Amino acid sequence: MSMTETPMQRESAQTIYEKSKPGRRAAVLPEAEVPEPPLDELIPARLLRAEPPRLPEIAEPEIVRHYNRLSRRNFDLDTGFYPLGSCTMKHNPRLNERVAALPGHARLHPAQDPSRAQGALELMWLLQRSLAEICGLPHVSLQPSAGSHGELAGLLLTRAFHADRGEERTKVLAPDTSHGTNPATVTMAGYEVVKVATNERGGVEMDDLRDKVDGDVACLMLTNPNTLGLFDENIAEIATLIHEAGGTLYYDGANLNAVMGHSRPGDMGFDIVHVNLHKSFSQPHGGGGPGAGPIAVSERIEPFLPRPQVVRREGENGGEPFFDLDHDRPKSIGRLRGFQGNFGVFVRSYAYILSLGADGLAEASETAVLNANYLKARLAQGRAGERLPVAFDRHCMHEFVLSGKPMKRELGLATLDLAKRLLDFGFHPPTVYFPLLVDEALMVEPTETETKESLDAFAEAIEQILTEAEKDPEIAKQAPYTTPVRRLDEVKATRKPVIRQPL
Amino acid sequence: MLAAIGVGSVADLFEQVPEPLRLGRPLELPAGMSEAEVYERLAALAGRNADAEEEVCFVGAGMYDHYVPAIVDAITQRSEFLTPYTPYQPEISQGGLQAMFEFQTAMSELTGLPVSNAGLYEGPSSVASAGYLAIGATGRRRFVVSRGVHPHSRETLATYSVGFGAELVEVGLEGGVTDAAALADAVDGDTAAVFLQSPNFLGAVEDVEALGAAAKENGALLVVAADPMTLGILRPPGEQGADVALGEGQPLGNRLDFGGPSFGFFCATEELIRRMPGRIAGETDDVDGRRGFVLALQTREQHIRREKATHNICTAQALNALAAMVHLAWLGREGFRELGELLARRTAYARERLAAVEGVELLHEAPVVREFAVRLDAPVERVLAKVAAERGIAAGYPLGREYPEHEDGLLVAITERRTRAQIDALADALGAAISGSVDLVANGATKSTEGVA
Repeated sequence: MSMTETPMQRESAQTIYEKSKPGRRAAVLPEAEVPEPPLDELIPARLLRAEPPRLPEIAEPEIVRHYNRLSRRNFDLDTGFYPLGSCTMKHNPRLNERVAALPGHARLHPAQDPSRAQGALELMWLLQRSLAEICGLPHVSLQPSAGSHGELAGLLLTRAFHADRGEERTKVLAPDTSHGTNPATVTMAGYEVVKVATNERGGVEMDDLRDKVDGDVACLMLTNPNTLGLFDENIAEIATLIHEAGGTLYYDGANLNAVMGHSRPGDMGFDIVHVNLHKSFSQPHGGGGPGAGPIAVSERIEPFLPRPQVVRREGENGGEPFFDLDHDRPKSIGRLRGFQGNFGVFVRSYAYILSLGADGLAEASETAVLNANYLKARLAQGRAGERLPVAFDRHCMHEFVLSGKPMKRELGLATLDLAKRLLDFGFHPPTVYFPLLVDEALMVEPTETETKESLDAFAEAIEQILTEAEKDPEIAKQAPYTTPVRRLDEVKATRKPVIRQPL
Repeated sequence: MLAAIGVGSVADLFEQVPEPLRLGRPLELPAGMSEAEVYERLAALAGRNADAEEEVCFVGAGMYDHYVPAIVDAITQRSEFLTPYTPYQPEISQGGLQAMFEFQTAMSELTGLPVSNAGLYEGPSSVASAGYLAIGATGRRRFVVSRGVHPHSRETLATYSVGFGAELVEVGLEGGVTDAAALADAVDGDTAAVFLQSPNFLGAVEDVEALGAAAKENGALLVVAADPMTLGILRPPGEQGADVALGEGQPLGNRLDFGGPSFGFFCATEELIRRMPGRIAGETDDVDGRRGFVLALQTREQHIRREKATHNICTAQALNALAAMVHLAWLGREGFRELGELLARRTAYARERLAAVEGVELLHEAPVVREFAVRLDAPVERVLAKVAAERGIAAGYPLGREYPEHEDGLLVAITERRTRAQIDALADALGAAISGSVDLVANGATKSTEGVA
C-alpha cells in the first residue's frame, strides 16, 4: 500500500515542556494586598524549596493551541462509532454538563453544613432512590468512585457481613469470563479467587459451581448479562446455591445497560450491585474518568454501608423534610474516600434519569439490545459470518463476542490487525482479546444511541477489510496508515519506561 | 432490523430473561422530561445550596475555593477530551496519552519523585492505595499514621486495611505537628509504612525529613500526603526522603463540586515503579520512528494481571488530571511559585488578624502556608451558623467534627480569591459572633458579600 504521510503525521509530537521559554507566562495573579515579608520569615528555610518546580513557561494563546492540537490527536465518541464492548459508549447529553456547572453545584464546598446544602443532599437522596428502584434493592451508597471501587466496597461489605455473624470465609468465586477488576478486587479485599467455568451456552457451568460452593465461599461475583452479552438463564438457581451456602451474591453492574426497566439484579437474588454511572447513566468517560460506582444493597447488607450515608429525616408536624449526612452507623465498614463521592457525576446521571424517565430507560435498554442483535445479524452474513463467527450463537443482550480464530487461520489476520485497520475506516474498534475464554475475541457493544446507518457502515467496513485481506493480508497487518501515529512499540515502553519528560 | 435478526418483536429478544425475573411493570420513576424542564428542576435544587459564589468561603479541609481559569473549562469541555474512553487504542488517543505524560512530568516535578502515575480517584483513597503498595513492597502489615493526616484519609486507610489484614497505629500531635518522639516509638521492624501529611490537617508544615528518619531506620516506606498548591514553595517530599508522595488534586484546576470528581496524584521512587497503581503513560516510537505515547507497564494492571494486579483500579479521573495540567501550565513556573507565596502571605495576615480578635487564639504556632487553626471562646458550630446566616461568610471548618480534643477548634483556609477585605470582614464577624453582638443592621443584607468589608 502506498503511503503518503498525513499532515498530522508530519507534525511530530512536541510536549508543552519543549515549547517552554524562560520568562513567558499566562497567569496574572491578584496583588497581595497584605505585608510581604520574605518567605523564610514565615516558614523556616529548611522547609522551603530552593527552586520552583520546572513547570512550562508559556503564554495563554500557545497553551490553547497546544491542547487543541492534542485534542485533534484523539478519537472520541462525538466523532464516530465507538462499539467498545463492556464500556457502554452512549451519547453524553450536553445538558448534563450545563447543570453540573451551575455554581450551586460546582462551587459548593463538600464540608458545607447540611442545612446549607439541602439541594445537593436531596439530589443525592433522589439519585439513591432512583438507583434502588432500577436495581431492585432497597438501599444505596453513592460513595464509590468507579466500578472497581464499588467492587471493593462490595467485598468489604461481604467481609463485614460474615464477621458480624462470627464467620471468617476465605474464597470468592468469579466466572472465567469476569472483568479483570473482579479478581484484582478479590485479592485487595484479602480473599482468594476461585474461577468458575463457562458452559456451552455461555453461562456459568453449574456442575463446576456446585463443586466449588462450600462454607468457605464468602461471595460469588457475577455480571449478568455476562461479558459474552448473554443472560444467564440459571441465575435463580445460582442465587439459591450461593445463599444456601451462606455466601453473598455480587452483581458487577458494567452491563446494566441491557436490562434497565426489564429485569433487576435484586429480583435475581443479588445482595450487592455496583452501577457504573459513566456507562449506563451517560457520564462522559473523559478519556479514562471521572466515573462513579454507587452500590445498591439488600436489607441484610445495609447496616454495613459506608459512612456517611445520605438520609431524609421527616419534618416534625408535617414540616419540610431535612436531608442529612448520617455518620452514626456503628456497623459501617467506614469511609472509602473523602467527603461524599463524585457529586458532579451524580448531577449528570440524575439529569439523565430525569430526562429519560421510567419509559425512556426501559426503551434505552430495548434499543441497546435491538442494536446489538441487528449488528450481530449483519455480521453473521457475508465474509464476517465465515471469518468472524459469533462465539455463542444465540440472541444476545446489549453486546456480543466474535471470534477471529478462523480469520487468523485462513487469512493470517489477527484480531489486533482487524482492530488497527478499522482505525483507518474511522471507527473505534471493539474491545479486543476479552473475554479470555474466546480465541481472538472481539467484543462489540453498539449502545442505543447509534442509528441503523452507523451499524450498517460498521458492518460494511468489516466486510471491506476482510475482502481486502483475501487479496493482500499485509495491508491490515501494517495498519493503521491514517492515524496521527502508526502502530506503536508498546514493548519498548514497558521494557525501558520513559514516563516523564527529562528536563 | 427485526427481520434481519429474525424475530417478530424486541420482546422476543428479552425471552432469554426467565419469565419470573422480568419486571413486568414500569419502573416507579417519573416520566421523562424535556431538556428545559430538567434544567429547571436541577437549577431549583442547585439554588438551595449556599455555594462559594454567594458565600465567602474560608472552608478548606482538603478542598479549596481556588480560581479555576476559563481556559481549563474551554479545554476540558472539548469533545475530544470529554468523550473518549481510556486510551486502549493508542494510535487514536495520542492527545490524551501525551496529556497524561505531561501531567506525570508536572507531578514528578512538584513532588520531587521520578515516577508518577496518571492519577487515581482522589486523595484519601490514594492514601489507602499507598498502604496496599507498602504491603507488597515490604511484606509487612502494620501502618503508623500521624493524626495530622486528613481524618478521611485515616478512615479510608482503616477501611481498606480490614481487607489487607493490616494493623493501624495512630501517633498524636504536639504543638500542631506530629509528636516526633511518639512516632519514633511507634515505628518498628514490622512497620510497612509511615504516613505523614504536610501541611497537615491543622495546616502545619511538618518536618518530614526529621520525622521520616524512624521509617528509614526500620525499613518502612515513608508515605507523605501533600497539598499540591503548596509545592511551589515547600520543599518537595521527594527531597525529604518520601518513598511515596500523593494527595488530593482538587486545588489544581478542579472545582469544589461538593467533593468530586477531582483526582488523586501518586508519585514514587524508581524502585517502586512496577508496584505503582493506576495508568501510566510512556513514550515510545511508531513503526516509522515517529514519537508517540502508550499506556506503559500495563502488566501491573487488572485487565492483564487479574488477581495478581498491583491494584484493581480501572476508570480513574483522566479529565480531572488534564484540568490540573492546564491549570499548572497557565500558572507556569513563576506563577505557581508566586501563588504559593501569595497564599503564605495572605494566610500569615489572616492568622495574625484573627489572633488579635477577642475570644480567638491560635490553636498552634507551627509554620503554615494556606490554612491555620484557631480556638474560639464560644461554641464553634453556633458561631459558624451565625456568621453564615448574618454575614454570608463560611468561616471555616469546625475541627470538633473530626477531633474531639479540639471541640473549640476552627480551621480557616485562604485562597487567592480571599481578599484582604474579606479577611478583615471574617475577623470582624467572628469577633462580633463571639461577643454575641453581631450588628444586625450591617448585615441587612445579604448573600452578596464581595463588599462586606
